[in-house]
Amino acid sequence: MKTYYDPDDLKKVGKISEFQPELGKKFFDYYGSVFEEGALTKREKSLIALAVAHAVQCPYCIDAYTEDAMEKGCDEEMMMEAVHVSAAIRGGASLVHGVQMMNKYKDLSM
Amino acid sequence: MGVLVKKSLSKQKHSLSETTEQLRLLQSIDLKSFEENLDAIDLLPLKAQSVDVFQINLGKMCNQVCKHCHVDAGPDRKEIMTKEVMQLCLDAIDETNCSTVDLTGGAPEMNPEFRWFVEQLSLKGKKIIVRCNLTIIVANKKYNDLPEFFKKHNIEVVSSLPYFSSSKTDSQRGDGVFDKSIQALKMLNDVGYGVENSGLTLDLVYNPSGAFLPPNQLELQLEFKKKLSDRFGIVFNSLFAITNLPISRYLEYLVASENYQGYMEKLVNAFNPSAALNVMCRNTISISWDGFIYDCDFNQMLDLKVAVKGKHLSDFSLNDLESRTIIVNQHCYGCTAGAGSSCGGTTI
Repeated sequence: MKTYYDPDDLKKVGKISEFQPELGKKFFDYYGSVFEEGALTKREKSLIALAVAHAVQCPYCIDAYTEDAMEKGCDEEMMMEAVHVSAAIRGGASLVHGVQMMNKYKDLSM
Repeated sequence: MGVLVKKSLSKQKHSLSETTEQLRLLQSIDLKSFEENLDAIDLLPLKAQSVDVFQINLGKMCNQVCKHCHVDAGPDRKEIMTKEVMQLCLDAIDETNCSTVDLTGGAPEMNPEFRWFVEQLSLKGKKIIVRCNLTIIVANKKYNDLPEFFKKHNIEVVSSLPYFSSSKTDSQRGDGVFDKSIQALKMLNDVGYGVENSGLTLDLVYNPSGAFLPPNQLELQLEFKKKLSDRFGIVFNSLFAITNLPISRYLEYLVASENYQGYMEKLVNAFNPSAALNVMCRNTISISWDGFIYDCDFNQMLDLKVAVKGKHLSDFSLNDLESRTIIVNQHCYGCTAGAGSSCGGTTI
Protein backbone atom coordinates (compact mmCIF):
# COMPACT_ATOMS: atom_id res chain seq x y z
CA MET A 1 0.00 0.00 0.00
CA LYS A 2 1.38 3.41 -0.94
CA THR A 3 1.40 6.03 1.79
CA TYR A 4 3.00 9.42 2.18
CA TYR A 5 4.75 8.30 5.37
CA ASP A 6 6.94 5.16 5.49
CA PRO A 7 8.45 4.25 8.91
CA ASP A 8 11.60 3.00 7.15
CA ASP A 9 12.24 6.51 5.83
CA LEU A 10 13.23 7.56 9.35
CA LYS A 11 16.41 5.48 9.06
CA LYS A 12 17.18 7.23 5.75
CA VAL A 13 17.12 10.77 7.09
CA GLY A 14 20.87 11.04 6.47
CA LYS A 15 20.20 10.70 2.75
CA ILE A 16 18.92 14.27 2.57
CA SER A 17 22.61 15.20 2.21
CA GLU A 18 22.74 13.46 -1.16
CA PHE A 19 21.10 16.39 -2.97
CA GLN A 20 22.89 19.11 -1.00
CA PRO A 21 25.91 17.70 0.90
CA GLU A 22 27.22 20.99 2.28
CA LEU A 23 23.97 22.16 3.84
CA GLY A 24 23.16 18.61 4.91
CA LYS A 25 26.44 18.35 6.79
CA LYS A 26 25.91 21.73 8.41
CA PHE A 27 22.45 20.70 9.51
CA PHE A 28 23.54 17.38 11.03
CA ASP A 29 26.54 18.94 12.78
CA TYR A 30 24.25 21.58 14.22
CA TYR A 31 21.63 18.98 15.15
CA GLY A 32 24.24 16.91 16.98
CA SER A 33 25.50 19.94 18.89
CA VAL A 34 21.99 21.01 19.88
CA PHE A 35 21.33 17.70 21.61
CA GLU A 36 24.61 17.59 23.52
CA GLU A 37 24.48 18.08 27.28
CA GLY A 38 24.54 21.81 28.02
CA ALA A 39 22.64 24.11 30.32
CA LEU A 40 19.85 21.60 29.71
CA THR A 41 20.37 17.88 30.24
CA LYS A 42 20.07 15.44 27.35
CA ARG A 43 16.90 14.17 28.96
CA GLU A 44 15.33 17.62 29.18
CA LYS A 45 16.18 18.19 25.51
CA SER A 46 14.67 14.86 24.60
CA LEU A 47 11.38 15.76 26.32
CA ILE A 48 11.34 19.17 24.60
CA ALA A 49 11.93 17.42 21.27
CA LEU A 50 9.08 15.03 22.03
CA ALA A 51 6.72 17.90 22.80
CA VAL A 52 7.76 19.81 19.67
CA ALA A 53 7.35 16.63 17.59
CA HIS A 54 3.71 16.61 18.65
CA ALA A 55 3.29 20.30 17.97
CA VAL A 56 4.62 19.92 14.42
CA GLN A 57 2.87 16.55 14.14
CA CYS A 58 5.86 14.78 12.67
CA PRO A 59 5.33 10.99 12.92
CA TYR A 60 9.03 10.31 12.38
CA CYS A 61 10.01 12.64 15.22
CA ILE A 62 7.35 11.18 17.51
CA ASP A 63 8.71 7.64 16.96
CA ALA A 64 12.30 8.80 17.33
CA TYR A 65 11.82 10.87 20.47
CA THR A 66 9.48 8.42 22.17
CA GLU A 67 12.27 5.87 21.94
CA ASP A 68 14.94 8.42 22.81
CA ALA A 69 13.05 9.62 25.88
CA MET A 70 12.61 6.01 27.07
CA GLU A 71 16.35 5.50 26.67
CA LYS A 72 16.90 8.62 28.73
CA GLY A 73 14.91 7.07 31.58
CA CYS A 74 11.60 8.88 31.06
CA ASP A 75 8.43 7.04 31.95
CA GLU A 76 4.98 7.26 30.41
CA GLU A 77 3.82 9.87 32.92
CA MET A 78 6.67 12.27 32.07
CA MET A 79 6.21 11.77 28.36
CA MET A 80 2.46 12.38 28.41
CA GLU A 81 3.02 15.53 30.48
CA ALA A 82 5.37 16.72 27.72
CA VAL A 83 2.63 16.05 25.16
CA HIS A 84 0.20 18.06 27.29
CA VAL A 85 2.66 20.95 27.35
CA SER A 86 2.61 20.82 23.57
CA ALA A 87 -1.19 20.66 23.52
CA ALA A 88 -1.51 23.50 26.02
CA ILE A 89 0.73 25.79 23.96
CA ARG A 90 -1.10 24.88 20.75
CA GLY A 91 -4.47 25.37 22.41
CA GLY A 92 -3.30 28.55 24.09
CA ALA A 93 -1.98 29.84 20.78
CA SER A 94 -5.45 29.43 19.27
CA LEU A 95 -7.23 30.94 22.24
CA VAL A 96 -4.98 33.98 22.57
CA HIS A 97 -6.01 34.88 19.03
CA GLY A 98 -9.50 34.97 20.45
CA VAL A 99 -8.56 38.37 21.81
CA GLN A 100 -7.95 39.54 18.22
CA MET A 101 -11.33 38.13 17.23
CA MET A 102 -12.95 39.92 20.17
CA ASN A 103 -11.22 43.18 19.29
CA LYS A 104 -12.35 42.94 15.68
CA TYR A 105 -15.84 41.94 16.76
CA LYS A 106 -16.05 45.00 18.99
CA ASP A 107 -14.67 47.22 16.20
CA LEU A 108 -17.39 46.06 13.87
CA SER A 109 -20.19 46.23 16.37
CA MET A 110 -22.35 49.19 17.40
CA MET B 1 2.69 -3.81 26.45
CA GLY B 2 1.15 -7.26 26.56
CA VAL B 3 -0.12 -10.07 28.74
CA LEU B 4 1.92 -11.38 31.62
CA VAL B 5 3.53 -14.76 31.15
CA LYS B 6 2.57 -17.55 33.54
CA LYS B 7 4.58 -20.48 32.24
CA SER B 8 8.13 -20.93 31.04
CA LEU B 9 8.73 -21.36 27.32
CA SER B 10 9.91 -24.86 28.16
CA LYS B 11 6.61 -25.75 29.83
CA GLN B 12 4.71 -24.23 26.90
CA LYS B 13 6.85 -26.34 24.55
CA HIS B 14 7.49 -23.11 22.68
CA SER B 15 9.88 -23.40 19.72
CA LEU B 16 12.11 -20.74 21.31
CA SER B 17 12.71 -22.97 24.32
CA GLU B 18 15.06 -24.81 21.95
CA THR B 19 18.54 -23.28 21.81
CA THR B 20 18.94 -24.36 18.18
CA GLU B 21 15.89 -22.28 17.23
CA GLN B 22 17.21 -19.26 19.15
CA LEU B 23 20.57 -19.53 17.40
CA ARG B 24 18.86 -19.90 14.03
CA LEU B 25 16.85 -16.77 14.69
CA LEU B 26 19.94 -14.84 15.83
CA GLN B 27 21.60 -15.70 12.51
CA SER B 28 18.51 -15.02 10.42
CA ILE B 29 18.78 -11.24 10.31
CA ASP B 30 21.07 -9.78 7.69
CA LEU B 31 23.29 -7.63 9.89
CA LYS B 32 27.02 -7.26 10.28
CA SER B 33 28.25 -10.22 12.33
CA PHE B 34 29.62 -9.66 15.82
CA GLU B 35 32.81 -11.41 14.75
CA GLU B 36 33.31 -8.93 11.89
CA ASN B 37 33.06 -6.07 14.35
CA LEU B 38 35.58 -7.72 16.69
CA ASP B 39 37.89 -8.40 13.77
CA ALA B 40 37.78 -4.75 12.74
CA ILE B 41 39.21 -3.76 16.12
CA ASP B 42 41.71 -6.66 16.32
CA LEU B 43 39.80 -8.46 19.05
CA LEU B 44 39.12 -11.64 17.09
CA PRO B 45 39.50 -14.29 18.38
CA LEU B 46 38.17 -12.92 21.66
CA LYS B 47 40.43 -14.36 24.35
CA ALA B 48 39.86 -14.80 28.07
CA GLN B 49 42.26 -12.92 30.33
CA SER B 50 41.66 -14.62 33.67
CA VAL B 51 39.19 -16.61 35.74
CA ASP B 52 38.45 -14.03 38.39
CA VAL B 53 34.69 -14.52 38.73
CA PHE B 54 32.89 -17.82 39.18
CA GLN B 55 29.28 -17.23 38.27
CA ILE B 56 27.29 -20.24 39.39
CA ASN B 57 23.74 -20.80 38.30
CA LEU B 58 22.08 -22.84 41.04
CA GLY B 59 19.12 -23.72 38.87
CA LYS B 60 16.19 -22.60 36.80
CA MET B 61 13.63 -22.85 39.60
CA CYS B 62 12.13 -19.48 40.49
CA ASN B 63 9.05 -18.07 42.21
CA GLN B 64 8.63 -15.50 39.40
CA VAL B 65 8.06 -15.75 35.65
CA CYS B 66 9.58 -12.51 34.36
CA LYS B 67 8.79 -11.60 30.79
CA HIS B 68 12.41 -10.88 29.87
CA CYS B 69 14.09 -13.80 31.69
CA HIS B 70 17.07 -15.12 29.73
CA VAL B 71 17.07 -18.29 31.84
CA ASP B 72 13.43 -19.14 31.08
CA ALA B 73 13.12 -19.71 34.81
CA GLY B 74 9.92 -20.23 36.76
CA PRO B 75 8.09 -22.38 39.29
CA ASP B 76 7.62 -25.03 36.62
CA ARG B 77 11.38 -25.50 36.13
CA LYS B 78 12.85 -28.24 38.28
CA GLU B 79 16.48 -28.23 37.10
CA ILE B 80 18.58 -27.31 40.16
CA MET B 81 22.17 -27.96 41.24
CA THR B 82 22.81 -30.95 43.50
CA LYS B 83 25.15 -30.98 46.50
CA GLU B 84 27.55 -33.15 44.49
CA VAL B 85 27.87 -30.53 41.74
CA MET B 86 28.25 -27.82 44.40
CA GLN B 87 31.17 -29.81 45.82
CA LEU B 88 32.71 -29.88 42.32
CA CYS B 89 32.33 -26.08 42.25
CA LEU B 90 34.10 -25.77 45.61
CA ASP B 91 36.92 -28.02 44.41
CA ALA B 92 37.31 -26.01 41.19
CA ILE B 93 37.31 -22.71 43.10
CA ASP B 94 40.16 -24.08 45.22
CA GLU B 95 42.23 -24.50 42.07
CA THR B 96 41.93 -20.80 41.22
CA ASN B 97 42.74 -17.43 42.72
CA CYS B 98 39.32 -16.08 41.82
CA SER B 99 38.13 -13.11 43.83
CA THR B 100 34.39 -13.48 43.44
CA VAL B 101 31.70 -16.13 43.49
CA ASP B 102 28.46 -14.89 41.97
CA LEU B 103 25.37 -17.00 42.71
CA THR B 104 22.42 -16.72 40.39
CA GLY B 105 19.40 -18.65 39.14
CA GLY B 106 16.32 -18.78 38.91
CA ALA B 107 16.01 -17.91 42.55
CA PRO B 108 19.20 -19.43 43.98
CA GLU B 109 17.73 -19.35 47.49
CA MET B 110 15.12 -21.95 46.45
CA ASN B 111 17.82 -24.57 46.05
CA PRO B 112 17.58 -26.69 49.25
CA GLU B 113 21.39 -26.78 49.46
CA PHE B 114 21.79 -23.01 49.02
CA ARG B 115 22.63 -22.25 52.65
CA TRP B 116 25.05 -25.14 52.96
CA PHE B 117 26.79 -23.96 49.80
CA VAL B 118 27.06 -20.36 50.99
CA GLU B 119 28.47 -21.54 54.34
CA GLN B 120 31.16 -23.53 52.51
CA LEU B 121 31.95 -20.62 50.20
CA SER B 122 32.22 -18.14 53.04
CA LEU B 123 35.00 -20.24 54.58
CA LYS B 124 37.08 -19.53 51.47
CA GLY B 125 37.28 -15.77 51.99
CA LYS B 126 35.94 -14.87 48.55
CA LYS B 127 33.54 -12.07 47.79
CA ILE B 128 30.13 -13.71 47.49
CA ILE B 129 27.34 -12.16 45.46
CA VAL B 130 23.76 -13.42 45.55
CA ARG B 131 21.43 -12.29 42.80
CA CYS B 132 18.25 -12.12 44.84
CA ASN B 133 14.94 -11.40 43.12
CA LEU B 134 13.67 -9.77 46.37
CA THR B 135 10.21 -11.36 46.34
CA ILE B 136 11.66 -14.69 47.47
CA ILE B 137 12.35 -13.08 50.85
CA VAL B 138 8.63 -12.60 51.44
CA ALA B 139 7.39 -15.59 49.42
CA ASN B 140 7.36 -17.96 52.39
CA LYS B 141 8.16 -17.82 56.11
CA LYS B 142 11.18 -20.06 55.60
CA TYR B 143 12.82 -17.32 53.54
CA ASN B 144 12.01 -14.40 55.86
CA ASP B 145 15.37 -14.69 57.61
CA LEU B 146 17.38 -14.43 54.39
CA PRO B 147 18.49 -10.85 55.15
CA GLU B 148 20.02 -12.07 58.44
CA PHE B 149 21.59 -15.05 56.70
CA PHE B 150 23.07 -12.79 54.01
CA LYS B 151 24.41 -10.47 56.69
CA LYS B 152 25.98 -13.31 58.66
CA HIS B 153 28.03 -14.30 55.61
CA ASN B 154 28.70 -10.74 54.44
CA ILE B 155 27.08 -11.46 51.10
CA GLU B 156 26.70 -8.71 48.53
CA VAL B 157 23.07 -8.64 47.48
CA VAL B 158 22.25 -7.68 43.90
CA SER B 159 18.55 -7.33 43.19
CA SER B 160 16.45 -6.49 40.16
CA LEU B 161 14.11 -3.54 40.32
CA PRO B 162 13.29 -2.30 36.82
CA TYR B 163 11.73 0.93 38.04
CA PHE B 164 10.63 2.88 41.08
CA SER B 165 6.96 2.46 40.22
CA SER B 166 4.70 -0.56 40.13
CA SER B 167 3.46 -0.27 36.54
CA LYS B 168 6.82 -0.80 34.85
CA THR B 169 8.04 -3.32 37.41
CA ASP B 170 4.92 -5.47 37.38
CA SER B 171 4.59 -5.42 33.58
CA GLN B 172 8.01 -7.06 33.37
CA ARG B 173 8.18 -9.19 36.52
CA GLY B 174 4.56 -10.05 37.35
CA ASP B 175 1.55 -8.68 39.23
CA GLY B 176 2.34 -7.53 42.74
CA VAL B 177 6.10 -7.89 42.36
CA PHE B 178 6.80 -4.21 42.99
CA ASP B 179 5.00 -4.08 46.35
CA LYS B 180 6.68 -7.29 47.52
CA SER B 181 10.06 -6.01 46.32
CA ILE B 182 9.63 -2.83 48.35
CA GLN B 183 8.72 -4.92 51.40
CA ALA B 184 11.85 -7.05 50.90
CA LEU B 185 14.08 -4.02 50.37
CA LYS B 186 12.85 -2.60 53.68
CA MET B 187 13.72 -5.90 55.38
CA LEU B 188 17.23 -5.74 53.87
CA ASN B 189 17.61 -2.11 54.97
CA ASP B 190 16.44 -3.07 58.47
CA VAL B 191 19.43 -5.38 58.98
CA GLY B 192 21.79 -2.76 57.53
CA TYR B 193 21.93 -3.57 53.82
CA GLY B 194 22.51 -0.46 51.72
CA VAL B 195 22.92 1.66 54.85
CA GLU B 196 25.94 3.97 54.87
CA ASN B 197 28.97 2.61 56.76
CA SER B 198 27.26 -0.71 57.49
CA GLY B 199 29.65 -2.56 55.20
CA LEU B 200 26.66 -4.46 53.78
CA THR B 201 26.23 -3.90 50.06
CA LEU B 202 22.85 -3.79 48.38
CA ASP B 203 22.96 -3.05 44.66
CA LEU B 204 19.97 -2.77 42.37
CA VAL B 205 19.67 -3.79 38.75
CA TYR B 206 17.73 -1.82 36.18
CA ASN B 207 16.92 -3.33 32.84
CA PRO B 208 14.60 -1.78 30.29
CA SER B 209 10.95 -2.84 30.39
CA GLY B 210 10.73 -3.06 26.63
CA ALA B 211 12.64 -2.95 23.36
CA PHE B 212 15.00 -0.08 24.11
CA LEU B 213 18.46 0.48 25.57
CA PRO B 214 19.12 1.50 29.16
CA PRO B 215 19.56 5.16 30.12
CA ASN B 216 22.74 6.64 31.55
CA GLN B 217 23.55 4.54 34.62
CA LEU B 218 24.75 7.32 36.90
CA GLU B 219 21.81 9.62 36.18
CA LEU B 220 19.39 6.77 36.70
CA GLN B 221 21.08 5.83 39.96
CA LEU B 222 20.59 9.37 41.27
CA GLU B 223 16.94 9.28 40.30
CA PHE B 224 16.35 5.82 41.81
CA LYS B 225 18.02 6.92 45.05
CA LYS B 226 15.87 10.02 45.31
CA LYS B 227 12.58 8.36 44.39
CA LEU B 228 13.07 5.24 46.53
CA SER B 229 14.16 7.36 49.48
CA ASP B 230 11.37 9.95 49.15
CA ARG B 231 8.58 7.49 48.49
CA PHE B 232 9.56 4.49 50.62
CA GLY B 233 12.55 5.46 52.78
CA ILE B 234 14.67 2.84 51.00
CA VAL B 235 18.44 3.14 50.58
CA PHE B 236 20.87 1.16 48.44
CA ASN B 237 24.46 1.39 47.19
CA SER B 238 24.75 1.26 43.40
CA LEU B 239 22.44 0.83 40.45
CA PHE B 240 23.55 -1.39 37.58
CA ALA B 241 21.96 -0.59 34.22
CA ILE B 242 21.88 -3.79 32.19
CA THR B 243 20.94 -4.24 28.54
CA ASN B 244 18.49 -7.03 27.71
CA LEU B 245 20.10 -9.68 25.52
CA PRO B 246 18.04 -11.11 22.67
CA ILE B 247 17.74 -14.67 23.91
CA SER B 248 15.10 -16.89 25.51
CA ARG B 249 12.00 -15.12 26.84
CA TYR B 250 13.23 -11.64 25.88
CA LEU B 251 13.81 -12.91 22.35
CA GLU B 252 10.30 -14.35 22.36
CA TYR B 253 8.96 -10.96 23.49
CA LEU B 254 10.88 -9.16 20.74
CA VAL B 255 9.53 -11.48 18.08
CA ALA B 256 5.93 -11.45 19.38
CA SER B 257 5.91 -7.63 19.65
CA GLU B 258 7.50 -7.25 16.17
CA ASN B 259 10.48 -5.44 17.70
CA TYR B 260 13.12 -8.05 16.91
CA GLN B 261 14.58 -6.54 13.73
CA GLY B 262 14.55 -2.99 15.12
CA TYR B 263 16.15 -4.03 18.41
CA MET B 264 18.92 -5.97 16.68
CA GLU B 265 19.63 -3.01 14.39
CA LYS B 266 19.78 -0.79 17.43
CA LEU B 267 22.28 -3.09 19.18
CA VAL B 268 24.47 -3.40 16.10
CA ASN B 269 24.46 0.34 15.43
CA ALA B 270 25.38 0.99 19.06
CA PHE B 271 28.43 -1.34 18.97
CA ASN B 272 31.12 0.29 21.07
CA PRO B 273 34.72 -0.95 20.69
CA SER B 274 35.58 0.17 24.24
CA ALA B 275 32.74 -1.91 25.60
CA ALA B 276 33.96 -4.88 23.56
CA LEU B 277 37.34 -4.66 25.29
CA ASN B 278 35.65 -4.91 28.69
CA VAL B 279 33.13 -7.71 28.19
CA MET B 280 32.68 -9.70 31.38
CA CYS B 281 33.33 -13.11 29.77
CA ARG B 282 37.03 -12.23 29.60
CA ASN B 283 37.40 -12.68 33.36
CA THR B 284 34.41 -14.88 34.18
CA ILE B 285 33.32 -18.46 33.86
CA SER B 286 29.71 -19.52 34.20
CA ILE B 287 28.67 -22.85 35.68
CA SER B 288 25.32 -24.47 34.98
CA TRP B 289 23.16 -26.42 37.44
CA ASP B 290 24.53 -29.67 36.02
CA GLY B 291 28.18 -28.64 36.25
CA PHE B 292 29.02 -27.63 32.69
CA ILE B 293 31.23 -24.61 32.03
CA TYR B 294 30.35 -21.65 29.81
CA ASP B 295 31.80 -18.25 28.93
CA CYS B 296 28.82 -16.45 30.48
CA ASP B 297 25.27 -17.01 31.72
CA PHE B 298 23.91 -16.09 28.27
CA ASN B 299 26.07 -18.63 26.45
CA GLN B 300 24.94 -21.09 29.09
CA MET B 301 21.31 -20.53 28.18
CA LEU B 302 22.18 -21.02 24.50
CA ASP B 303 24.07 -24.20 25.43
CA LEU B 304 27.32 -22.85 23.94
CA LYS B 305 29.83 -24.64 26.15
CA VAL B 306 33.40 -23.37 26.55
CA ALA B 307 35.77 -24.12 23.70
CA VAL B 308 38.19 -26.20 25.75
CA LYS B 309 38.58 -29.94 26.22
CA GLY B 310 37.21 -29.98 29.76
CA LYS B 311 33.69 -28.68 29.41
CA HIS B 312 32.53 -30.02 32.77
CA LEU B 313 33.70 -29.30 36.33
CA SER B 314 34.74 -32.94 36.64
CA ASP B 315 37.38 -32.18 34.01
CA PHE B 316 38.28 -28.65 35.17
CA SER B 317 41.49 -27.14 33.73
CA LEU B 318 42.32 -23.63 34.89
CA ASN B 319 45.16 -23.28 32.38
CA ASP B 320 42.89 -24.08 29.46
CA LEU B 321 40.13 -21.79 30.70
CA GLU B 322 42.42 -18.83 31.31
CA SER B 323 43.62 -18.87 27.72
CA ARG B 324 40.44 -19.99 26.02
CA THR B 325 38.82 -18.46 22.99
CA ILE B 326 35.39 -17.13 23.90
CA ILE B 327 32.44 -18.24 21.81
CA VAL B 328 30.56 -15.30 20.35
CA ASN B 329 27.35 -14.89 18.40
CA GLN B 330 24.92 -12.11 17.52
CA HIS B 331 23.48 -11.93 21.06
CA CYS B 332 26.89 -10.63 22.22
CA TYR B 333 25.96 -7.25 20.76
CA GLY B 334 23.89 -6.81 23.93
CA CYS B 335 27.07 -6.51 26.00
CA THR B 336 28.81 -4.06 23.64
CA ALA B 337 26.01 -1.56 22.93
CA GLY B 338 26.44 2.00 24.14
CA ALA B 339 28.10 2.14 27.54
CA GLY B 340 28.41 -1.66 27.55
CA SER B 341 26.62 -4.12 29.78
CA SER B 342 27.63 -6.78 32.27
CA CYS B 343 26.25 -8.38 35.42
CA GLY B 344 27.86 -5.41 37.19
CA GLY B 345 26.23 -2.81 34.95
CA THR B 346 27.92 -0.63 32.35
CA THR B 347 31.52 -1.42 31.44
CA ILE B 348 32.95 1.90 30.29
